[in-house]
Amino acid sequence: MSETVAARTAFDLIPKATGPQAAKDFKSDQEVRWCPGCGDYAILAAMQGFLPELGLARENICFVSGIGCSSRFPYYLNTYGMHSIHGRAPAIATGLAASRPDLSVWVVTGDGDALSIGGNHLIHALRRNVNLKILLFNNRIYGLTKGQYSPTSEVGKLTKSTPMGSVDYPFNPLSLAIGAEASFVARTIDSDRKHLTSVLRAAAEHEGSAFVEIYQNCNIFNDGAFDVLKDPESRDEALIRLEHGSPITLGKDGQWAVVRTGWGLGVAETASVDPADIVVHDETVEDASYAFALSRLPGLDLRNTPIGVLRNVKRPTYDSIVREQLETAATSAPKEEELARLLNSGDTWTIL
Amino acid sequence: MSDVSSPEAKPIRQLDHVVIRFAGDSGDGMQLTGDRFTSETAQLGNDLSTLPNFPAEIRAPAGTLPGVSSFQLHFADHDILTPGDAPDVLVAMNPAALKANVGDLPGGATVIVNVDEFNKRAMAKVGYATSPFEDDSLSGFTVHQVPLTSMTVESLAEYEVPKRDAVRAKNMFALGLISWLYSRPVESTIAFIERKFAARPEIATANVAAIKAGWAYGETTEGFAVRYEVKPATLPAGNYRNITGNTALAYGIVAAGVRSELPVFLGAYPITPASDILHELSRHKKFGVTTFQAEDEIAAVGAAIGASYGGALGVTSTSGPGVALKSEAISLAVALELPLVVVDVQRAGPSTGLPTKTEQADLNIALFGRHGEAPVAVVAASSPSDCFHAALEACRIAVQYRTPVILLSDGYLANGSEPWKLPEIDELPDLRVAFADGPNHTLDNGEEVFWPYKRDPQTLARPWAVPGTAGLEHRIGGLEKRDGTGDISYDPANHDLMVRTRAARIEAIEVPDLEVEDPTGDARVLALGWGSTYGPIGAACRKLRAAGQSIAQAHLRHLSPMPANLGKVLASYDKVIVPEMNLGQLSTVLRARFLVDVIGYQQVRGLPFTSTELESVFEEVVKNV
Repeated sequence: MSETVAARTAFDLIPKATGPQAAKDFKSDQEVRWCPGCGDYAILAAMQGFLPELGLARENICFVSGIGCSSRFPYYLNTYGMHSIHGRAPAIATGLAASRPDLSVWVVTGDGDALSIGGNHLIHALRRNVNLKILLFNNRIYGLTKGQYSPTSEVGKLTKSTPMGSVDYPFNPLSLAIGAEASFVARTIDSDRKHLTSVLRAAAEHEGSAFVEIYQNCNIFNDGAFDVLKDPESRDEALIRLEHGSPITLGKDGQWAVVRTGWGLGVAETASVDPADIVVHDETVEDASYAFALSRLPGLDLRNTPIGVLRNVKRPTYDSIVREQLETAATSAPKEEELARLLNSGDTWTIL
Repeated sequence: MSDVSSPEAKPIRQLDHVVIRFAGDSGDGMQLTGDRFTSETAQLGNDLSTLPNFPAEIRAPAGTLPGVSSFQLHFADHDILTPGDAPDVLVAMNPAALKANVGDLPGGATVIVNVDEFNKRAMAKVGYATSPFEDDSLSGFTVHQVPLTSMTVESLAEYEVPKRDAVRAKNMFALGLISWLYSRPVESTIAFIERKFAARPEIATANVAAIKAGWAYGETTEGFAVRYEVKPATLPAGNYRNITGNTALAYGIVAAGVRSELPVFLGAYPITPASDILHELSRHKKFGVTTFQAEDEIAAVGAAIGASYGGALGVTSTSGPGVALKSEAISLAVALELPLVVVDVQRAGPSTGLPTKTEQADLNIALFGRHGEAPVAVVAASSPSDCFHAALEACRIAVQYRTPVILLSDGYLANGSEPWKLPEIDELPDLRVAFADGPNHTLDNGEEVFWPYKRDPQTLARPWAVPGTAGLEHRIGGLEKRDGTGDISYDPANHDLMVRTRAARIEAIEVPDLEVEDPTGDARVLALGWGSTYGPIGAACRKLRAAGQSIAQAHLRHLSPMPANLGKVLASYDKVIVPEMNLGQLSTVLRARFLVDVIGYQQVRGLPFTSTELESVFEEVVKNV
């Protein structure tokens, strides 16, 4: 790796906006067609509110999506956008990002799109560390096809396709992403605009693949899936708000704390542990075991769910290395001349 | 060869053409031997055509029939079209190679066998109960029993090479012998070996010594009484090189990038027999060619579409199974109306089929293999060197008309080779296109806007508006869109219009008229083909004409859209015969589209047609017309 590549930040190669931008600049003229009350509205509003603060030229932002309710997202943003096919958005975005370093490329996907039909593309985009921001709207259900269980649905889910309960064990999307060598992994919630925005900001600033799971309520087919994390009565006991550099505690008064247990991490009563044993969050820990242990804290009932940035490490991006190879190979000779040289390479002979 | 003593010059006999087949175990280096002999022959100025034939296994069990790998080369003092129907000379490195190939030999053929390998066990392995040299099974041939292995080992005794490496050099001994026999210079092969084994000079020395020993053996042995010579062919003036279809195709894509001034992005997943295109393009980064080895076939095409959306020339290369996997994404590119070139190096299917053998059975999937009404352009290459020009043509259509184009090659073209008259760069087509840079539509209220689906009236192509262009921000996708604005539309009449427009815009692609070759001008039968059958069909037609018969030949480069004059051409002959390496896929299309009672002739053996076979088929049709 040359120093020039290492020194780049996520926005170095992207043209900046020439004037001030506002949320309305990022609203397209298309009518938004999600169900009333859908969590997607809140995410869209947060995104439109957040994009101006990046200060990037609007035409250099591109959203690529797959198929599903969440994947309609690009239509509603006045940037460039592509609503592609089921599961393939990370692959399409990889081609775009690898060939256009001057773009900020975002992938919008859902739990079915990213984790079922597109699982392969997701893990490979993450391991390559392509400069993509992948937003996975997880509502733990198939919405657009009207309510089948998804790869993040809890075991025993009663749906149209599983009248006696689903039998397959769900993915933990963050564990999957960390296992797939993701360099940035975070989680947030549709209803918490402030937190959502802070995570989007961190993702945007990360150079490389950023994976963000957004818990999103489908009020038609899986209403209340994340109530335990939203209800003022329960949320403080259930949510772990990760802050880089701060001891990890939960509960209204911090009465619970995250400590090392066995091979990983667990939750203990703060009063019962030595304060020095409380884990201080460091999102930059190279060893993926730490972020993985954080991702394993919640049980299937969502208690002890960490939100915020679990992992944020520096690793050379796929696109910067590809670009570096192209730059290394480039010559100053006219391409026509190089082409003539190429065709005439090897054993040639002349017939007069 | 200056440093090999020449005891007594042997008489040289002139030949006008020779077909040689090198055959051995898949680990015996037959492909390399064939490649080198080809290169020597090309530099002598002969016209030539090659046919490598190898098993799918990298190292099939040694000494077995399925493990036999061969390389056939046809060279001549005149222009030729095929790798030859039957070998005049077979070099068999072991009993399996003899057994697997002897059936292809015509009476009088020469057989050079490595007699060292004909021990009881090796012969029994392939079913020789008795030695073929002791019964009359080879009585129709001139057989040279040469102890290739032991002579190679002996000739390397003075060098510090392990026995194993000495034994492995026997292919180079054979190459030296055959090079002597057919008066081919070996200097370029020696230089090649010295380059190839630069890091292991002792191996280079051994191989070079083996070549020289083979040459010297030819000169001194009484077994070979004469040498042969094939004079250079009279070919059009120019610079030439020998080239395989896969290399030519990759060069065509590089050239398309240069001539379009677009960066090339290749998304590919390794698959036989297309992988060499990925390998070759990976070496040409200086041209701005990015190669992306994807996690699967779908990602490969997806990334190419993403790159095209960003303003690159998006290409994906694969074979039939990969085309099947890419099908949905190609339909997306049809809906997005973006440039995309899908290279299908066809192999024998279905499923894994015969991965290293050739077939033309992907015409149907190219023309029709997508959901919905999803027309694409289809272009086919007709010879190894033609892959270069076919690739340029596919790229021209893709960028100019913003459409997916399927470029059909096949295993025979991919690995086969022929001399190629190098083109002048400035004579290659100019593929430059302009990206959209501003509004293209005026609303009733006078406002200037950008409509992503407003078409060029001539080409029916929509504007190529790449991200990063201020003021043209727009969204595209797989959902049906309104004509012009590109907004999502569920309107029935609009869908009907869009489906018809997508079909019309493929039909609107300008392709040259079909040219017919009919030297006598009075042919009543037309032989029509597409793809790699060009050589055998052409050779068969030449033979018929030489025998005083009349037959016309035409070959389709464009399968979609088809040339505008095709219907007229078909109607102007009493009979049309269509040979294909499938079960009549083009015949079916011609019958459906033109209501012409074409005669199909098919063979799907994983091998190209022989000209002799087609000659007799054509003769039958010509006689009965």
